[in-house]
Amino acid sequence: MEVLACIKRVPDTGSRIVLTEDKQDIDTSNLGFTMSPHEECAVEAAIELTQSHGGTATALTLGPDEATEQVRTALAMQADEAVLLETDGSEWGAIDTAQAIAEHVRNRDEELDLLLFGNESADAGNYQVGVRVAHELDLPCVTGIKSLTVEDGTAIAKREVSGGSEVYEVELPAVISVKEGLNEPRYPSIRSKMAAQRHDVERSEPERTAAVGLEKIRLETPEQSEGSAEILGEGPEAVDNVMEVLSNDLEVL
Amino acid sequence: MILSLIEHEDGTPSDVSLQMLTLARDIAEQTDSSLAAIVFDDGDAVTDAVATQGVEDVYSVTHDRLDVYAPEAWAESVDQLVEELDPEAVLAAGTDRGHEVLAHVVARRDLPMAANCTEVDAGDAYEVTRQRWGGSLIEHARFDSGMPVLTTAAHEIAAEPATEAADVTTHDFTPTLDDDDFRVRVSRREESDAEGIPLGEARIVVGGGRGVGSSEDFDQLEELAELLGGTVGSSRAAVNEGWRPHDDQIGLTGAKIAPKLYVACGISGAVQHMVGCKGADNILAINTDPETSIIQKGEYAVIGDLHEVVPALNEAIRNGQ
Ligand SMILES: Cc1cc2nc3c(=O)[nH]c(=O)nc-3n(C[C@H](O)[C@H](O)[C@H](O)COP(=O)(O)OP(=O)(O)OC[C@H]3O[C@@H](n4cnc5c(N)ncnc54)[C@H](O)[C@@H]3O)c2cc1C
Repeated sequence: MEVLACIKRVPDTGSRIVLTEDKQDIDTSNLGFTMSPHEECAVEAAIELTQSHGGTATALTLGPDEATEQVRTALAMQADEAVLLETDGSEWGAIDTAQAIAEHVRNRDEELDLLLFGNESADAGNYQVGVRVAHELDLPCVTGIKSLTVEDGTAIAKREVSGGSEVYEVELPAVISVKEGLNEPRYPSIRSKMAAQRHDVERSEPERTAAVGLEKIRLETPEQSEGSAEILGEGPEAVDNVMEVLSNDLEVL
Repeated sequence: MILSLIEHEDGTPSDVSLQMLTLARDIAEQTDSSLAAIVFDDGDAVTDAVATQGVEDVYSVTHDRLDVYAPEAWAESVDQLVEELDPEAVLAAGTDRGHEVLAHVVARRDLPMAANCTEVDAGDAYEVTRQRWGGSLIEHARFDSGMPVLTTAAHEIAAEPATEAADVTTHDFTPTLDDDDFRVRVSRREESDAEGIPLGEARIVVGGGRGVGSSEDFDQLEELAELLGGTVGSSRAAVNEGWRPHDDQIGLTGAKIAPKLYVACGISGAVQHMVGCKGADNILAINTDPETSIIQKGEYAVIGDLHEVVPALNEAIRNGQ
């Protein structure tokens, strides 16, 4: 089966987000980048499915030239092919991103059986690219999936709800957007990382549609509560104070 | 008219739907328009609850094939109502269903959608404040054109009742649906066999991070959780190490918790982790590093090795009982 996993390059912010002076972006001068975690699971699912059913797992990203780093990570994880839809690095919205991905899918030689997306990207959190691609390509779509198997041309996908899960059985081809917890993404070995560096990355420059949209005015970091925690002590000696807080202040004992 | 999609269980609207209605009412007041709700299954059942939010019209969607959730059939129904009612704006709560259904609606109508909004300024253009990075970053954005469609961030807006309850009129609405709208539908439900208190509902959560060091060392945290009548959670680092299952993960891509007390052991307090525990009333951090971020953000801290502090605390609690 032919599986495409669509991934996004996001800043690996660690513990603090610093904004650029014009408040339009995260200041990434001191940051690394990573694949959005939901999408790492999409890549893993694509690899597992093609390893057990045969076929090709392709990782695709839309982003600047530097985003080849993220598709190479997918190759190092054992994806078979990689595609970069290269942009100038400015932020693309949900509509133009979906249109560019749908256009790529239409132009592919191989028909796809399954298109995997992250449920929402870690940074923008738009919750809609997968659905929009499904709509463009007239494919069925399920979002928020935490368990996925394929049997006889049908995807069996589960979504968590309070007290259990809802099971969807969807005929392929289909679009499925997944959440972290779907699987445990593998760590690439040094050898596969080296092989991934030599692997071809298919490139094209998508036309950016003049999509009506949501225009970003500026970003802001939420206010941090001032001050810091009351230090109850150091090491096991602090336990008396902790007991005091648990019983009297918080009344949880 | 401001049109909102209500999710409910047996006639009781979800908390997040009521929070969403509070924002929807705010928009209705700003634009001098009325508030209407779309309800699947049984519109009458939610009437009283939504009346307190100032909803005047409930559109109760019924169709003999809508016995289980089907995202495209829901979206098609909302779309037909939008066509008929021509609302100012459309809202849903930022849940799996809310995001999914409205995403289908905007895809059909070629409109933008703003997810996880916390404020709306409905002046000439709609300006929204929305959460990015799960809430560790805020975006101010403007709808360029067309009908604004948005979801509201869960548990960010307090559900405040309207000053006066509205008189509700319920309208039955039967959409025209075809087979294509049912390509995706719930085929069955599976009950979970997980034991213990779910993280999202726990009154006490004991969280462990990379500082715990191994899956065996989580035993001390399990014991503390048991003594306090709580549940164990973890950071993503502990999940990545394979010490805990993903279901235990708290944060941006994990569970959101709102306990009375969160004991964070060996957790640095990265923004993506804090997104999951900002609902906690109190955070007690146990950490060797007094400079670590969670100590700035929490209420209480013990500086020290959790492998010494937690067992000593367990013993003190056991002796005190
Ligand atoms: C897109 C994205 C999404 C993410 N989503 C999540 C998420 O949902 N949840 C999440 O948790 N993270 C998430 N992360 C990861 C996050 O950025 C941090 O890497 C992670 O939270 C760190 O986990 P930690 O605090 O356990 O580990 P570390 O940051 O390594 O901190 C370990 C802490 O333990 C302390 N320590 C060490 N030894 C001891 C000891 N013996 N006793 C006491 N203290 C000790 C150290 O001082 C330190 O403060 C995400 C990251 C990205 C990029």
